[in-house]
Amino acid sequence: MLTSLLISVGAVSGISAFLALLMVIADATIGNYGEVKITINNDKELRVKGGKPLLGTLMEEEIFIPSACGGRGSCGLCKVKVIEGAGQYLPTELPWISEEEREQQVRLSCQIKVKNDMFIEIPEELFNVKEFDAKVAKIRDLTHDIKEVTLEVVDPPEIEMVAGQFVQLRIPEYELTDEPVYRAYSVASNPSDKKHVELEIRLVPNGIATTYVHNYLKEGDQVVFNGPYGDFYLRETEREIVCIAGGSGMAPIKSILLNMAERGIQRRVRYFFGARSKKDLFLVEEMRELEKQLPNFKFIPALSNPEPEDDWDGETGLITDVLDAHLESGENVEAYLCGSPGMIDACVKVLSENGVPEELIYYDKFG
Amino acid sequence: MTASSIAIFFAAIFTNNILLSNYLGMCSFLSVSREIKTSVGLGVAVIFVMASTSALNWLVYNYILLPFGLEYLRFIVFIIVIAAFVQLVEMVIERVSEVLYAALGIFLPLITVNCAILGVSLFMVIREYSLLESFTFGLGSGIGWFLAIMAMAGIRQKLKRARIPHGLEGAGITLIITGMMALAFMGFSGMLPIG
Repeated sequence: MLTSLLISVGAVSGISAFLALLMVIADATIGNYGEVKITINNDKELRVKGGKPLLGTLMEEEIFIPSACGGRGSCGLCKVKVIEGAGQYLPTELPWISEEEREQQVRLSCQIKVKNDMFIEIPEELFNVKEFDAKVAKIRDLTHDIKEVTLEVVDPPEIEMVAGQFVQLRIPEYELTDEPVYRAYSVASNPSDKKHVELEIRLVPNGIATTYVHNYLKEGDQVVFNGPYGDFYLRETEREIVCIAGGSGMAPIKSILLNMAERGIQRRVRYFFGARSKKDLFLVEEMRELEKQLPNFKFIPALSNPEPEDDWDGETGLITDVLDAHLESGENVEAYLCGSPGMIDACVKVLSENGVPEELIYYDKFG
Repeated sequence: MTASSIAIFFAAIFTNNILLSNYLGMCSFLSVSREIKTSVGLGVAVIFVMASTSALNWLVYNYILLPFGLEYLRFIVFIIVIAAFVQLVEMVIERVSEVLYAALGIFLPLITVNCAILGVSLFMVIREYSLLESFTFGLGSGIGWFLAIMAMAGIRQKLKRARIPHGLEGAGITLIITGMMALAFMGFSGMLPIG
């Protein structure tokens, strides 16, 4: 009895040990790609151990490429331009790469392995991107379908960003999703407050992230986000500023305005905010407060369908018409837009017709 | 002996198709059969791994397990051998040929723990095959699996334009079609019985 027990244990261990030895040898010979060099943006050089996927290799060097699935090739987010050294496209990448991206040599960094020297391109802003642990400090209703969520940054303890940028909030697995997903939200708070990040999140029916935030997230909860991303920020010029937003597009504009007030920037600003009726209008008090701090700032809310009980005496009509009526000449204007794609496209058209140079129209589109 | 090998080979493809008569290897079958191109890659990988691991496991079983009276360990030992073998092959392919890796190597980790692969090794023990018979059985089973996934990928590409009841989309309709294919393959039975 005992001998047969020993023999079976011995046999399994023997076979396993032999195979393990084989694997170790193989790993050190066949799988050993030595030290390789990754050149980023023709500038930065990393010396790393080869043989692992690019995404993980970069992460070990503290460069975070946005990724939602954690390297399983199921989210298609971790795209990186690889100029040289990645070999041909793998079948696991193809579902995520468009024809256009193929021409630009965009690859899924979790699927390709670092086997030889590589030349890659990463947007500069990603060097500054970090993953943050945070705590939900406060949740409050702005309108019937928009919530303001204030996050307190825990680790790393501070966030450095520019007004107008966005972060990606991680939504864990729950009823509506089998795997964590990341969704981008613009930051509404002043970036000089490095401890807090304020998001404005509108409930989208059946939206994975917005449903989670509206129905599940509570004050005191732990959340994870990464960022900051984006090039939607105030350009340092002397031009007049026109801001246009709708719904939760308020967020980055508010951040930019708060930051201007703090820095005492006295450029002329007109902020057009489009809403359906009074119940979709929010933060009006805060905007009026800002008008006092910034003498050249004017907040112009416009309702497209005011209800009789709204008792509305402000601008009425589509945001495009209100904008058109207020713009005398666009030559000395630069514009910042945030809202739905439909609104942005329509407003860009009106702005260009009024002479605003197209390269000075900056926007953040969200679906 | 050669004659029986040939019979086993064809039986494994048609009458005793490992996927359609035993319903083994379903998970990768369901998840990868969406595209013909990827199905080819996975199918070829399965053929290769089944043929080589059945022969390899035959050697392990007859020269290590049997002499020591350790037949009952075959489940553990077979799966370890398969895992190690697949891992090694993947590393070699990755090193040697980029083209081959892109076409085939990428699928290898997917099928390491595929039950059809283990099933082939276990059937070969139960049916007391010789080394040659085991090899042809593995090869035939692999080709049979390849045929089944190719047929399914073809059907699923047509299915993209079909209106499927909401609750049956994805795995549901695929399982139903697999059942119909299994019924169709039953037409072959009686030609070449094995087992």
